[in-house]
Amino acid sequence: MAAKREKKSKPAVILKEEEYSVIGKPIPRVDARAKVTGEAKYAGDIEVANMLWGAIKRSPHAHAKILNIDTSKAERLPGVKAVTTGKDFGGFKWGWSRETRDEEPLAVNKVRYLYEGVAAVAAIDEDIAEEACDLIEVEYEPLPGVFDPFEAMKQGAPLVHEDRSGNICVEYHWNFGDVEKSFSESYLVREDTFQTPRMAKGYIEPPAIVAYWPDANHLTVHAAKGSPYFPYRILSSCFKLPLSNVRIIQTFVGADFGGTKNDMVNGDFSAAMLAKKTGQPVKVQYTQFDELTVCLRRHPMWITIKTGVTKDGKLKAVQTKVISDGGAYTRMSPLSNYLTGSCMTLPYHLEHFKTDIYCYFTNNPNSAAMRGHGMYHTRFAADVQMDMIAEELGIDPVEMRLRNAIKNPKPGKIYNTINELTVATCGVEECIEKTAEAIHWKKRERRVEGDKAYGLGFAAGAYLSGAKLSGHNACAAIVRICEDGSVNLLTGATDVGQGSDTVMSAIAAEVLGINLKDIDLKRVDTAHTPVDPGSYGSRVTVLAGEATINAAKDAKQQLLEFAAKEFGVSPQEVEIKNKKVFVKTNPQISIPWERVVRMACYNAPGMVIIGRGQSSRGVTRYRLADFTKGVGDSGTNYSFTAYAQEVEVDLETGVVKCTDNSVIAHDCGFPLNPPAVDTQVVGGSYHPGVGAALYCEFKMDHGLTLNPNLVDYKLPRAYEAPMTKVIHVITNDPFGPFGAKEASEGSTCTAPPAIINAIHAATGVWIKDLPAKPEKLFWAMKKKREEDHKEK
Amino acid sequence: MKGEPKELKIKVNGTVYELKVKPKALLSDVLRKDLKLTGTKRGCLESTCGVCTVILDGKAVRSCSILALQANGHEVTTVEGLAKGDKLHPIQEAFINHGAIECGFCIPGRVMMAKALLDENRDPTREEVRLAMQGVLCADVGYVKQIEAVEIAAEKMRGGE
Repeated sequence: MAAKREKKSKPAVILKEEEYSVIGKPIPRVDARAKVTGEAKYAGDIEVANMLWGAIKRSPHAHAKILNIDTSKAERLPGVKAVTTGKDFGGFKWGWSRETRDEEPLAVNKVRYLYEGVAAVAAIDEDIAEEACDLIEVEYEPLPGVFDPFEAMKQGAPLVHEDRSGNICVEYHWNFGDVEKSFSESYLVREDTFQTPRMAKGYIEPPAIVAYWPDANHLTVHAAKGSPYFPYRILSSCFKLPLSNVRIIQTFVGADFGGTKNDMVNGDFSAAMLAKKTGQPVKVQYTQFDELTVCLRRHPMWITIKTGVTKDGKLKAVQTKVISDGGAYTRMSPLSNYLTGSCMTLPYHLEHFKTDIYCYFTNNPNSAAMRGHGMYHTRFAADVQMDMIAEELGIDPVEMRLRNAIKNPKPGKIYNTINELTVATCGVEECIEKTAEAIHWKKRERRVEGDKAYGLGFAAGAYLSGAKLSGHNACAAIVRICEDGSVNLLTGATDVGQGSDTVMSAIAAEVLGINLKDIDLKRVDTAHTPVDPGSYGSRVTVLAGEATINAAKDAKQQLLEFAAKEFGVSPQEVEIKNKKVFVKTNPQISIPWERVVRMACYNAPGMVIIGRGQSSRGVTRYRLADFTKGVGDSGTNYSFTAYAQEVEVDLETGVVKCTDNSVIAHDCGFPLNPPAVDTQVVGGSYHPGVGAALYCEFKMDHGLTLNPNLVDYKLPRAYEAPMTKVIHVITNDPFGPFGAKEASEGSTCTAPPAIINAIHAATGVWIKDLPAKPEKLFWAMKKKREEDHKEK
Repeated sequence: MKGEPKELKIKVNGTVYELKVKPKALLSDVLRKDLKLTGTKRGCLESTCGVCTVILDGKAVRSCSILALQANGHEVTTVEGLAKGDKLHPIQEAFINHGAIECGFCIPGRVMMAKALLDENRDPTREEVRLAMQGVLCADVGYVKQIEAVEIAAEKMRGGE
């Protein structure tokens, strides 16, 4: 996809920990007070004068031709101000990349999943808008559908998109080394098939948007968006507006784990169109039912993995075949399925790897990115199979992981995987050792107390950070120093809860030599902040962090030059620390920060101090991922994790509970805000990881989601949460700001294998299809008892 | 059937309001749309997520599952009524200082749930804190710091603050 570029960039700033003034210490979140007092405005809280409410008319069919839409009755209902259908958008289609634009703002000729939007209404209140939707008459011709990839791949199966034969959404076939030869030379070859569930993103805030047109050529939007510059481009194309006239104002975001809040929902297009038609602001607020029936989900995947090992447990070759359900439209499937393949060469050294990946269109709601994007599926399969192999070989699972772990490259050296991922730092060995030590791995033993059996499981993993994507990947920051010494920081990054507003402010304060409270970070407003891909692929700290360092340095340099003249020395001889500007060789000669700034701004001719900086690592360092060949970096650097978890299994009912005997060691390079890293790592592990292992799964019937609420879906609750301890493994990565790498998505990938391995330790059964619900485990344990009985 | 608006007299955060609301209006709707108290979040509207939790006559309730008129003549405390001027409630302080907040969407409901618990039980066991906290769902924090923050606040409140 991209040309090979071998441009090296300078390592980021890395000092000894004790030399930092702000970062590396517990930093209270800059937005915590607003959030804990209720002052923080989320998109659903936004209200503007004259505002109308919008509602979406949805299809009752999962696959059907739209023959006619009659909106006349709805238009006549008192209180209705406008109705829109897909035809109003003039054939506009959108998608994740240029090649994949296959989705309409509202379906025009055909619906491809249940409850897909076909029309929308704006009315004076929410009730009337919903009532009007009921009055819209849509004539459909229902079509037979395909509801899992195995139906979709059949010869002659109904086509979700007529121009996409075989219902193939995306496929990859990569081959590194010689797996066949390696298998033939292996001491043991084992093949298993694993399955990951259909998962909700699980955030509690459903999407919401308020859209209005200040005049006929300007569109303004307040929305819950994790990547505001995606809607910025999409709405610009959709309404044929120059980008300069599209203003996305980012609100506080009630979490986003990839997908839905990255790009668009029917409600976003509808609100903008209805606002255009009425000349009034329009708000569309989804309910959790909408979120759980029509918004993006995690791909369910079926992973067949064949692994060859030596007698002493060294990996020789891995071959995978992955089948995934992409849902009705392409969305981010090319990336999800790419990551699923490309991650297999981390965190263990591997010389032979072959994979075939097939993602199919189905008449299910769309699949897309989710925390642990792509990697979690295959890492689950590989790390459970590692325990299976360890058991067959009679090797301790921790020992087997240590024998295969990629060693931390010496400073200045690079480890290249067989598919050309470039790893400058790798703390996986240390993560494994520290976790094993903290959990007292060597002393572990299965114990049974009454009906409860206890077992300890282990897993290790990796995740990319600083995602390098195709398309526009620029990332910049602006530091504006106000005349009183206070500072505005503008980035295109979006804090969806991970704490990036805090860490960006801390980085700026650190570089400028001032305090955290002197920095005021402005959330994204596309009219003022620089363009950026947003919260995506654990990229914000690594890339926007680098941009912030560079912008702060630029602003600082301007002040240093001014101060140098005052001191009568060269700028190199001046430094700023603890809000004092001083001569390095004689720190007694100093001027307070505020005074230097004021002097610089007021002295003739008067300075306006604006620092600019950008990150280039998202597009330059080493080789960008080549999707067709499966080689190259999808990340700027890579985090590593190890996780040990004890489970309690009720031998009678099959109910599994995580105990508080729980440790994660995580290599995020250097934790810029240690408590925030702890929370990210634990949260990344629990909700999407432990949730996938034990609780969460959409039950489907012909495209209908049977459990579209967070109780029946079983979003993990506080009651079952393990009180996990986090250990920081510090590797100081040269390609992250102050040595940092991602924190949280890595721990998502280690939770499912650790828990399934723990269940095996407690019960002797393997659950290969997630989640390990009580019923599944009940039957598996019964079968095992019967088999054990027969053997006797 | 759209019923005619009826009179509602309700005390919210110490102020008595008299207004007319539709019989079908939810307590959360009236708090958010009529009184503009958007600290109380709108999540699922079906009593599953708990982000709309407020305190009604001393008990934590989900305001999406109570009709506003059912609260007629009663007293409601929302997250906006928790701090005294600039002085935050110990639960709020503990949530900030202990790093228990990420996206923050569940936090208003969660701190109200914690307040109801600690008003009734000054010295809850971890089990009791977990039980109370399970009424409000979170998707990003993993609950550990939230459970600990409630315990820290309890300790501080027992200390007479």
